Amino acid sequence: MSEEIIKDVIIGENEDYIINMGPQHPSTHGVLRFEVCLKGETVKYLIPHIGYIHRGIEKMCEANTYPQIIHLTDRMDYLSAHMNNEAVCLLVEDALQVEVPERVKYIRTILDELNRIASHQLWWCAFGMDLGALTSFFYGLRDREHILDIFEESFGSRLLHSFVMPGGLMHDVHPNFQKRIKEFITYFRKKLPEYDQLLTGNVIFQNRVKGIGHMSKETAIGYGVTGPSGRGSDYSCDIRKIAPYGAYDKVQFNEILETGCDTWARYKVRMAEMWESLSILEQLVDNIPEGDYTAKMKPIIKLPAGEYFQRVETARGELAVYAVSDGNKSPLRMRFRTPNFSNLFVMNEITAGHKIADLIAISGSLDLVIPDIDR
Amino acid sequence: MNSILEYFADIFKGISSLWAGMRITGKYFFSPGEIVTQQYPENRATLKMEDRFKGEVIMPHDENNLHACTGCGICEMNCPNGSIEIITDRVANAEGKMERVIDKHIYHLSMCTFCELCIKTCPSNALAWGQKFEHAVFDRSKLTKVLNQPGSKLRKEAK
Ligand code: SF4
Ligand code: SF4
Repeated sequence: MSEEIIKDVIIGENEDYIINMGPQHPSTHGVLRFEVCLKGETVKYLIPHIGYIHRGIEKMCEANTYPQIIHLTDRMDYLSAHMNNEAVCLLVEDALQVEVPERVKYIRTILDELNRIASHQLWWCAFGMDLGALTSFFYGLRDREHILDIFEESFGSRLLHSFVMPGGLMHDVHPNFQKRIKEFITYFRKKLPEYDQLLTGNVIFQNRVKGIGHMSKETAIGYGVTGPSGRGSDYSCDIRKIAPYGAYDKVQFNEILETGCDTWARYKVRMAEMWESLSILEQLVDNIPEGDYTAKMKPIIKLPAGEYFQRVETARGELAVYAVSDGNKSPLRMRFRTPNFSNLFVMNEITAGHKIADLIAISGSLDLVIPDIDR
Repeated sequence: MNSILEYFADIFKGISSLWAGMRITGKYFFSPGEIVTQQYPENRATLKMEDRFKGEVIMPHDENNLHACTGCGICEMNCPNGSIEIITDRVANAEGKMERVIDKHIYHLSMCTFCELCIKTCPSNALAWGQKFEHAVFDRSKLTKVLNQPGSKLRKEAK
């Protein structure tokens, strides 16, 4: 491919123009470089270059014990930190056949959903900002602050919690936990319609997102695009429904599917998911059972030799963890299948033929988090 | 004719959607009760962090300058990135037996990832979170701290 490009540009056989978008482009939300080939203003193809913040998390896992791995997974998809933590915990609990208390399951599910709302709020702010609507950025962050305050009160940190550990939680939640979540639900139910008035209903915004970035269901499945991006293409891929974990089998919720397949459909999926998460929270918050916040675990966790696999639904799609153990206290090999990696590589397919300005809208609608791609 | 109508309809739709958005921003512009920003450096005196806030790892000492650390080194072993170094000493106790005591509990704040494993696993609950969050210094070596205060001793539990 690249030899062809060099020939094209140097010999000037046609009028293609190669530009680099990134690695420090504000709309990639991280260090990611797109090599974009343009004909005039139209994108011909696009090659993502990744690895700028590769930290070798998978390799580091091989030198760390299982409780220590938890805090590394925070640093992959930092906006769904809790879901990442939970994936490793579920894997360890599954391998050791530990039955965690009901209370832990409920609290973990509540945290999942709070995290999902916070992540979608941030996506909404950033998506608006990418398309030039700066107001949405401030309003979204204002509401996200309420969730981060709940996190700070209970776990001490706002973004990277490391609050769960194999067998349960680090410590019990703060006594105010339930009260503050209920306050947040009433607050956010009032604010969410404002999001629609501000951005969703805006004609300029709609004209910019409707009908671009068409990703058919076949493409989504072919590239393994999961999460809200995949569900915008009518691809039913919600792990919470397919393989329920935590307390998801005890709550009623709908999997949001849209058939539009374009940027607008992916936008609508995420907006609807915020409503859905609020209703999950409402069902759970009053019913947290009393009990221990952790199951009895040995001080040194050793998985029996074998292969283990666990998947969870993060705010961006399916996170799968695969571990090979040889019976020691750290894994022989740990592999993370992160949702953003697959979601990124569909970009070439769905941007071809669009204008360069639409590229921003399309990459925004995929909601990429770069550290999750590079790991 | 139709296209002209559409053209004007579009303009009106645009204006009405603009108005819907401006109403929201206008509402917040005129409602001072909704202001959420804090005047940070000015409100230092009243700013209080949550009790569980992870600012730094500290070792609480009581009024007699006693702490609970036995120097067992479990926190050092559990720290994923080597932020803790334990230097122990051997001294003779009252019965003349040699006993291990903590000499220096060195904590590198610059490397700490706030995973809480040291605090969680310490068998004698000698560590805790401190709420200080203004850690900016000019030299990285200033972030290396000795947690046990000079002259402090192990608190002997009444048996
Ligand atoms: S702080 Fe706790 S774990 Fe660390 S050496 Fe002292 S007693 Fe042991
Ligand atoms: S919080 Fe974690 S990284 Fe920091 S000193 Fe304790 S064990 Fe080490």
